[in-house]
Amino acid sequence: MTTVPSELAVETEAKGALPSGGAPTPARRVLHSLRTSPGAIASIVIIVAIALMAILAPVLSAITGWDPYEFDPTAIDSDLGGLPIGPLGGVSAEHWFGVEPGNGRDIFIRVAYGAQVSLLIAVSATLVTTTIGVVLGMIAGYFGGIADQVISRVMDFLMAFPTLIFMIALLSALPAGNRPALLVIVLSIFGWPYTARIIRGQTMSLRNSEFVEAARASGAKPLRIAFREVLPNLRGTIIVLATLAVPGYIGTEAGLSFLGVGVTPPTPSWGQMISTAVGWYAVDPMYFLIPGTFLFLTVFAFTVLGDHLRKALDTGDAA
Amino acid sequence: MLFYLLRRVLAGILVLFLISLFTFAIFFWLSPDPAVQICGKTCTPERIDQIRSQLGLDLPFLQQYWQFVSGIFVGRTYGEGAGAITCAAPCLGFSFQTNQSVTDMIADRMPVSVTVAVGAAVLWLLAGVGGGLLSAVKQGTGWDRTVMFGALAGISLPNYFVALLLQYVLVVQLQWLPFPHAASFTEDPVAWFQAYLMPWLVLAFGYAAMYSRIVRTNVIDTLGQNFMRTARAKGLDQSLVMRRHALRPSLTPVVTLFGMDFAGLLGGALITETVFGLNGVGKLAADSITKNDQPVIMGVTLLAGLLVVIGNMVVDVAYTGLDPRVRVRSA
Repeated sequence: MTTVPSELAVETEAKGALPSGGAPTPARRVLHSLRTSPGAIASIVIIVAIALMAILAPVLSAITGWDPYEFDPTAIDSDLGGLPIGPLGGVSAEHWFGVEPGNGRDIFIRVAYGAQVSLLIAVSATLVTTTIGVVLGMIAGYFGGIADQVISRVMDFLMAFPTLIFMIALLSALPAGNRPALLVIVLSIFGWPYTARIIRGQTMSLRNSEFVEAARASGAKPLRIAFREVLPNLRGTIIVLATLAVPGYIGTEAGLSFLGVGVTPPTPSWGQMISTAVGWYAVDPMYFLIPGTFLFLTVFAFTVLGDHLRKALDTGDAA
Repeated sequence: MLFYLLRRVLAGILVLFLISLFTFAIFFWLSPDPAVQICGKTCTPERIDQIRSQLGLDLPFLQQYWQFVSGIFVGRTYGEGAGAITCAAPCLGFSFQTNQSVTDMIADRMPVSVTVAVGAAVLWLLAGVGGGLLSAVKQGTGWDRTVMFGALAGISLPNYFVALLLQYVLVVQLQWLPFPHAASFTEDPVAWFQAYLMPWLVLAFGYAAMYSRIVRTNVIDTLGQNFMRTARAKGLDQSLVMRRHALRPSLTPVVTLFGMDFAGLLGGALITETVFGLNGVGKLAADSITKNDQPVIMGVTLLAGLLVVIGNMVVDVAYTGLDPRVRVRSA
């Protein structure tokens, strides 16, 4: 039975499309569904705000007149063991989010620089794991055979690993060096199989689809098929996986820094700030609340956005 | 079936072997010389050489690794003569900072970690599976939105932050609980319960959040399957359909996850134990990192690996009972 679209159906379709007309492309459809969801808009606003804060950290530092490493002995009470002077952990016109107890460093500026470190590490790790995951996942899924066997066994092995404790062992054994770079490497070593596994599965089903067979029949080389035919169809999955990987890495980096094997002092990092705040939580709760809230908001916003993208792109149970 | 089990055990042993080799290699090549550490501040090059040869640290990599592995099975002796230290099997190493065998140190701390893990697991299974089911059955309602928002918050809040918040609210502000301190169950059960309550809640919150999301997705997925329509078409009661047909396929993936998570937690909840000052394996690991006590870090890593591998194996065996499709495939 062939169905002729009724006036009604046509109208609803037209509503979904954008004013510029034409059929809604997948990208437009996704943008539209994101624009109509308050949750997605709120999370994008949060992400943009935190990213701006990270990028503009030096500017903010110039505006407030505080440097992330600068002590302010006038903001703390040395008679009370270094507690910040004033309510809410020393919030004032001068120190917007108060100061750290003990040394009087400005929390706002340290949070801003902490965002820089967190986002830089998480986004770099996401780029590395996504690239490795997509390439190896596509090789395993498209070519199968020995390549698939080897890649799949390595993935099984890495995923059966007690990851957190092993990362800690690795980071505690490594010499100081460039900590953020080391963190990216360690996060990437254990992170790529989660992307690769899903890409492999989707590549395997795409390999047998008609348009790939058509390309093969017309004499296209495997590499060309992989990049021109298969890869564009994985775009949605890759975007969703990458969006959901970022909060994971932010959380892990903060956890490692909290345990003292991540970003080393005096470089500010959210996890490390919360870790120092443990000793002060009863008398100066603002010290853990502020970096903790930023950490929560960032992870929350990326997760909500990832969930929305997954729904909009309908990538099934990716991730 | 027997062949399948055998293959699983062999694969597990291989993973353990690789974990031990990797861990050993990392400490062998990357970390500072333990002999220098043991020697302390008043040290001469001769003394360092002496310690090295005493502990076998001057031997090549594979030989040292062999000594380590054979120590696990038959025990080993460090040094010679009067100053020799024996470490009985299973010897996971010897900490020269505390003068104790790593196995003893871990065994001392194990009961605390097991208590933390078991209590948290009970809570998170109840909350996670219950919340997920409720959410799926009442899909789209206020219940669903509330549970899913809670779950979203739970997976986004780092557990040390939750721990500090909970401690600040319950202990400092409301004063419902005393400051966390160690207590034994037999001497003072109330204090014991109070000491473990917050760690249980903190751990359970994070896991329950993850589990409820997964359970919800699985149940909704199962409810849309053809066999569910058949069951309903047969005229079965809705609650019977849920219990008999929907629950099992929706919960089997949770079993896999639970096996790994629970096993991992038995090897110590690093962050939670540290924040609440509980002397479990996790805190042992965290403290050893601070003190750079390498033999202990390695011992805990290996234990965690062993537990995860065993957990995986138990899950695989349990699966053959839970999911008939696995039985057919492996037959």
